[in-house]
Amino acid sequence: MRISLNWLKNFVDLSESVEELRSILDDLGLVVEAVDTVGEGLDDVVVARVGEIRSIEGADRIRLVVVDCGAAPLEIVCGAMNFSVGDHVPLAPVGSVLPGNFVIAQRKMRGVTSNGMLCSARELGLSDDHEGLMILDPEHAPRVGTPLLEALNISRDTIFDITIEGNRPDAWSVLGVARDLATRLGRPLRHPELATPNSDEVSSSFASAGIDDPDLCGRLTVSVLRGVKVRSSPLWVAQRLQSAGMRPISNVVDASNLVMLELGQPTHPYDAAHVGERTLRARRARVGEVLVTLDGVSRELAKAGRGLGDTGEDCVIVDGQDRVLGLAGIMGGASSEIGPETTDVLLEAAFFDPMTIARSTKRHGLRSEASNRFERGVDPQLALRAAARFVAVLRESCPDLQWLADPLDVRGVLPSVPTIELRAGDVARGLGVELDESEIRRHLEGLGFSVSSDAGNILVTPPTSRLDVRSGAAGRADVLEEIARLHSYRLLPRRMPVWPQPGRLSERQKLRRRLRDVVVDLGVFEAWTPTLGSDDDFDRVHPGVARVRVTNPLAANESVLRATMITGLLNAWVRNLERGCGDVMLGEIGMVFHHPEGNPAAHLTRGGSGGAIELALPSENERLTVLLGRDGDDALSSVGLWAAISERLNLADVVVRSCEAPAGMHPSRAGALFDRRSGAAVGFVGEIDPQLIEGVAPTAIGRRLGVVDIDIDVLADTARTARRSSEAKVPSRYPSAVLDLALITPVSVHAADLRFALEMVSPLIESVTLFDVYRGVNLPEGTRSLAYNVRLSSPERTLNDDEIVAVRAQLIESAQAHGAQLR
Amino acid sequence: MSTAPLDQLPEQKAELLQAIAGISTLEMLREEEPRITGKRSILSTLQRSLGSLDPDARKDAGATLQEVRHEVEAALAARRAELERSARSETLEVDRLDLGDVVVSSLKWPLGVGHPGLVASTQQELEDVFIGMGFSVADGPEVESDWYNFEALNIPPAHPARGMWDTFYVELGEPETVVLRTHTSPTQIHLMEAAVANGTLPIHSVMPGRCFRRDTPDARHLATFHQIEGLVVDRGISFADLAGVIETFTRAYFGADIESRLRPAYFPFTEPSAEFEITCTICRGEGCRTCSRTGWIELGGCGMLDPAVLEAVGIDGNEWSGFAFGFGIDRCAQMRHQIADMRALIENDVRFLEQFS
Repeated sequence: MRISLNWLKNFVDLSESVEELRSILDDLGLVVEAVDTVGEGLDDVVVARVGEIRSIEGADRIRLVVVDCGAAPLEIVCGAMNFSVGDHVPLAPVGSVLPGNFVIAQRKMRGVTSNGMLCSARELGLSDDHEGLMILDPEHAPRVGTPLLEALNISRDTIFDITIEGNRPDAWSVLGVARDLATRLGRPLRHPELATPNSDEVSSSFASAGIDDPDLCGRLTVSVLRGVKVRSSPLWVAQRLQSAGMRPISNVVDASNLVMLELGQPTHPYDAAHVGERTLRARRARVGEVLVTLDGVSRELAKAGRGLGDTGEDCVIVDGQDRVLGLAGIMGGASSEIGPETTDVLLEAAFFDPMTIARSTKRHGLRSEASNRFERGVDPQLALRAAARFVAVLRESCPDLQWLADPLDVRGVLPSVPTIELRAGDVARGLGVELDESEIRRHLEGLGFSVSSDAGNILVTPPTSRLDVRSGAAGRADVLEEIARLHSYRLLPRRMPVWPQPGRLSERQKLRRRLRDVVVDLGVFEAWTPTLGSDDDFDRVHPGVARVRVTNPLAANESVLRATMITGLLNAWVRNLERGCGDVMLGEIGMVFHHPEGNPAAHLTRGGSGGAIELALPSENERLTVLLGRDGDDALSSVGLWAAISERLNLADVVVRSCEAPAGMHPSRAGALFDRRSGAAVGFVGEIDPQLIEGVAPTAIGRRLGVVDIDIDVLADTARTARRSSEAKVPSRYPSAVLDLALITPVSVHAADLRFALEMVSPLIESVTLFDVYRGVNLPEGTRSLAYNVRLSSPERTLNDDEIVAVRAQLIESAQAHGAQLR
Repeated sequence: MSTAPLDQLPEQKAELLQAIAGISTLEMLREEEPRITGKRSILSTLQRSLGSLDPDARKDAGATLQEVRHEVEAALAARRAELERSARSETLEVDRLDLGDVVVSSLKWPLGVGHPGLVASTQQELEDVFIGMGFSVADGPEVESDWYNFEALNIPPAHPARGMWDTFYVELGEPETVVLRTHTSPTQIHLMEAAVANGTLPIHSVMPGRCFRRDTPDARHLATFHQIEGLVVDRGISFADLAGVIETFTRAYFGADIESRLRPAYFPFTEPSAEFEITCTICRGEGCRTCSRTGWIELGGCGMLDPAVLEAVGIDGNEWSGFAFGFGIDRCAQMRHQIADMRALIENDVRFLEQFS
């Protein structure tokens, strides 16, 4: 919200500098996002009168204007078209400097010299209006040559652009901000001038009001104003509105806006002549009703929304013929709008249920200054004060204005105001410091809370402007925040708490770190690829598979939750390849997602209103995926990378087995990582499917890319992936004997299985290592030769030949049991 | 009736299908294709000959011919797919490698230096600072229900506060019941629920993780980003403890000359709530463009746990109190390394990555 410093000063004395005020506002939680200065750089601008307009030969977008500015007439080239002879416009003469350090110099255009510039309101920093020149109101008969600031009665002003937090319904107004400042600075708060009804005629003799649905509308007041003359507002009103970024429209509409900005109560003026039976009622919209709002959009009312908990409720204002006049608290309709002919006005000032306004606003995609305030909760006691202020403002331009006696005032259901008990010690317990009761009183009473003492406790009742303050324990927290806020957060004590529990990582987090360290040490660059991808990329690896989709993606190619990181890494690698940096391994640790339907790993949780329904969420699978894209990388490198990872994780039983390739991987160059003991699938190694490369990375066709894809969920579960015993083996001090065995082995027997079998043959075996694989035509069909290197030793002595021969025989026997023969 | 040009059609069709069946390589298919379906094929010749028929007969004959053409084309396509499949399986067969038989000791691993991701290593460093302060680290899911992401955090359905987060909704369950988590705060709820269920209060945890907001990426925002959240639930915890933890962390991570300060803010799940700011790391508090000349930059949000949140998870607010705080991991990385445009973080350009260790 844009808050004018001059306006604030109407309500509280402020002698502080702009910087000091900014810091105080920030510290009050009224965060200043920007500070603008108004009227700066306008010292040289004067009022000029258009004397003559001439066209320039060969130019249709600029004209030559001769203006009178008190001295000799000046010729000025001007591109605006919105003015005519006799208009008063702002002139920046040669040598003047406009806001933004824009220096006006003599310029030549189309052979004509321009001796200055005629300005729009935006060029002068006075409003956003850039439709053409700013034309001064002839009613105020500006004198030619007068400085513009004087002619407009503009004083320099500072505008604080303040973000109002969601729990500060009271701060959506100049007076609300002034109240915070007055309380913090310990200064009195002044209130604006209010009018009182000045007619003997009672309102009910002219109009009537009613509430059909008291849950939606808590209070509806209607003031009847007669003798209205619609014209433009006095200058000060227009300036106040402009300071807040609003455009003046007419005295009636402007007064309504001014009151809203000043006090925080939105009001709505209706032309009584266009309100059936001069009656305003608030009720629930009915299905099928349609309203054309002031912005020209036709809106279907009472239509259930898509959002959770949105039943489609709209509160509308109708007239005596049950015609819908407006969407209550959000936007009016065109039919009863104030027009130049309006003489009698019905002024609505009401309280609407904040949640109803919030839902309607969201459903209709329609925000207004009024709805911003109503959805946070406007003070229900403010309505008639706002009407009184409205009349006081409007009366300046309508001296004959009559406000009928006894404004209509109908009540619905209003929120109850809680009383909160602050027990002795609550402040110290909450804030870590004891504050004097007198200080607490000063802060709270300054904000309009009423405070009383009751047997050592303090009873606090918030003002009706603070509908955010709750009851009970929550209310206590709300009140504590107000006390802390006014005391200043910066002055509260700080204490580093200590507790006996040590800080630590879980085993899984340690595993994740270790995995990252291992692969980075081996040369992998860690990437961060998108969680949301395209259908095309999804289909390339998981054609026809159910996918988890985002309802409202930012872009169509970011709409599906990834089920693999391979595609993302491949995309990232290709971009690097195209930059000439393809000689690299890229890896990522992250989540992949699978649709919950028919998925035993679906994540069951609760959701919906009150968390009352059971929901099946996608399963989330954490993986480490590495794409080996260095020159020369292939499936073999992926086995090498895995071997190193496996060693560093101390895995006891995980082996690589050739397998049916998972989607996305090369069908004849894939291996499954398989835990022999538990049977768990730990992941895959291999190469990317050439078809996938064709689809995603046509520039890399023909290139081999290795992949290691590991399921961290499985690795983190030591029941499924056992680690080697932690008991250390001390190598024998006696020399080891070494045996080499070449075994003709059926291809159905895995090399790793055979190795494990051989290791178990005798306690004398230190290690068994595969060192050669031979395939050739001279071997029987369906076999290959596996050559193992076996080391034997005993902790007690040097082994003798007999013992070695015996173990060798046992090894051969064991190999034969697996169908292998000594070569 | 004139001599029907399609008299021989059944035979001609059979011939064509037979020719297709006889194609044995993709190369042969490419050679034969013009003769079977091309402009000089028998089918095209017949098509042209229909011009001599009267309009009705031409229409009937045309339809018949079209049907045959479709049949022939389908057969050709099927043959092509079959040949492509077998060509691929041949290539794959040549490629075949039994990865179970790899002699690991014979593999040569080229020397290369890898680099951890900037966000991951920043996260690790932040975790380590908090571990040193006595915090454990907890993880949580990236897809959440509205209950955990919003309602248990005191943000009821349709509450205007839901507008504080631009939410990605997931097409599952009732509309707007499943979301990509917009913050790490739902993990707080999981932790508190578990601690209540297992009787393991107190809690001193930080929760790092990936979050999502429907925000068009720019120099300072990404739609996917990382947050770290802190939660303390213990006996006798006050706002002073919160301010102390923030201050200790700030100095430990950003340096001894960087201070923190709190200012009032609003979050539905904390009360009192605060935004925390730190001395601008660019100008060290002197005032510069980055900090809008205030000398301070905003880092994150924090506050005392709102009683409504404690109630939602069943923690007795008379016995326990606590605080939470959260801020962006990516933002810390951006500040520490003066990265002008955050989008560099998701580019995965190795020339960028290799600067971080």
